Amino acid sequence: MAYSDKVIDHYENPRNVGSFDKDEDGVGTGVVGAPACGDVMKLQIKINEEGVIEDAKFKTYGCGSAIASSSLVTEWVKGKTVDEALAIKNSDIAEALALPPVKIHCSVLAEDAIKAAVSDYKAKLGVADDGYEIRKSAA
Amino acid sequence: MKLPVYLDYSATTPVDPRVAEKMIPFLTENFGNPASRSHTFGWTAEQAVENAREEVAKLVNADPREIVWTSGATESDNLAIKGAAEFYQTKGRHLITVKTEHKAVLDTMRELESSGFEVTYLEPMANGLLDLDAFRAAIRPDTVLASVMQVNNEIGVIQDIAAIGRICREHGVIFHVDAAQATGKVEIDLEQLPVDLMSFSAHKTYGPKGIGALYVRRKPRIRLKAQMHGGGHERGLRSGTLATHQIVGMGEAFRIAREEMAAENERIRRLRDRLLAGLADMEEVFINGDLEQRVPHNLNISFNYVEGESLMMAIKDLAVSSGSACTSASLEPSYVLRALGRSDELAHSSIRFTLGRYTTAEDVDFAISLIKDKVARLREISPLWEMYKDGIDLNTVQWAAAH
Repeated sequence: MAYSDKVIDHYENPRNVGSFDKDEDGVGTGVVGAPACGDVMKLQIKINEEGVIEDAKFKTYGCGSAIASSSLVTEWVKGKTVDEALAIKNSDIAEALALPPVKIHCSVLAEDAIKAAVSDYKAKLGVADDGYEIRKSAA
Repeated sequence: MKLPVYLDYSATTPVDPRVAEKMIPFLTENFGNPASRSHTFGWTAEQAVENAREEVAKLVNADPREIVWTSGATESDNLAIKGAAEFYQTKGRHLITVKTEHKAVLDTMRELESSGFEVTYLEPMANGLLDLDAFRAAIRPDTVLASVMQVNNEIGVIQDIAAIGRICREHGVIFHVDAAQATGKVEIDLEQLPVDLMSFSAHKTYGPKGIGALYVRRKPRIRLKAQMHGGGHERGLRSGTLATHQIVGMGEAFRIAREEMAAENERIRRLRDRLLAGLADMEEVFINGDLEQRVPHNLNISFNYVEGESLMMAIKDLAVSSGSACTSASLEPSYVLRALGRSDELAHSSIRFTLGRYTTAEDVDFAISLIKDKVARLREISPLWEMYKDGIDLNTVQWAAAH
């Protein structure tokens, strides 16, 4: 399969790889996907008191497009408010990385990861969940 | 060393230069149709075809009259299975095969199912080998044919063809063997083996693509219903002008295999063992398929917590195959590894290395260091590896999404 240059760039030089302590205040963790399906993404966001995402980290098990999608998302969410981050659509990710149709699910998963991380952050704050399913982080 | 390093000899092999050299005159000056009986062009081509038939027969200790030329192992499988099933269908309409067979056998069986045949697909054991008791138990009074491959294309395991054939004989079941991956790798003696039909391919044994053969036993005689009709070539079993140059190539390739396989297999086995030793000391690696009952050139190994396609992307300097076919939205891991009972994760993270005639120790050492380096890098960014290292049992985790 031919990958776009952007996918190859993110795959070969993934940004913001790593983990935060998931119990730390202000950290939201989202784990989406399943090993049996061939991809699992863990996205973590660190949110400051102004409600701005000041840092993000990811780890991904999956194909090159999955790794690139999550790497790109960590770049995009940084500096955004939680609501701005939630506005990121899978189609934006797919377009930015020029994903072929068979890889669209990777961008869907990345969008899901943002939502899961935000839900986890809100649940920890005790804020009422606004419609997103709260997923207990596995990590 | 030339990059990428080719370690995919089970997909196809290069044509041995000695084979190519033999083929060329039959494209240019000796271009005659072997079926032409009235001039020397035809006679020369026919002589070449018959010499090649003898070479193919010799490699497997058969009579040249038992060899039918086809376009490759897929056609041989189709002719053998459909041809025998259709010819003998008044005796019964039940067939037996194994879930780890090549698609050329499995899809042919499926096709027969749609025309009223019944097929039993046996599970192999966890090591990839067929359980002989399960095989015996699957035979019914109306079973007409069983098809079991000699060497598996993905995991390289060698089935006990002699034992399976004896069971078939006891029950009057016709026995077909796909030997596409076996020639030049294991000794085949069809005078001893209770096999009725055997499929061969040239391009897995340093011959050209587009040519194969089917062995059809004469004593006791096996009858087939032809699948290709026309000029009545190959005693009516397979019509179509013979591809003289391809046939000459297959004959020469099989002659070389017969003369050199003993020494070649020893050399390749040492390289494979070197590769295995280099990779086996990594954490969480699993060999797929039995290591003893296995051709010397195959190593199929799963690198746990690393996804196969991203690994393939990382090791693009190696030409290898992955058990993960991540080309569609529904990620389908190798059906062969799934049939062995491997988890989807392990099936997704498998790489098949197949070594061959031109593989060097330098190639193998390069592969070992590249794999070690890239697996470590991908594990560094794998959340599953992190969980494993934190002592979390992944089977107890509730996964959020089903994509």
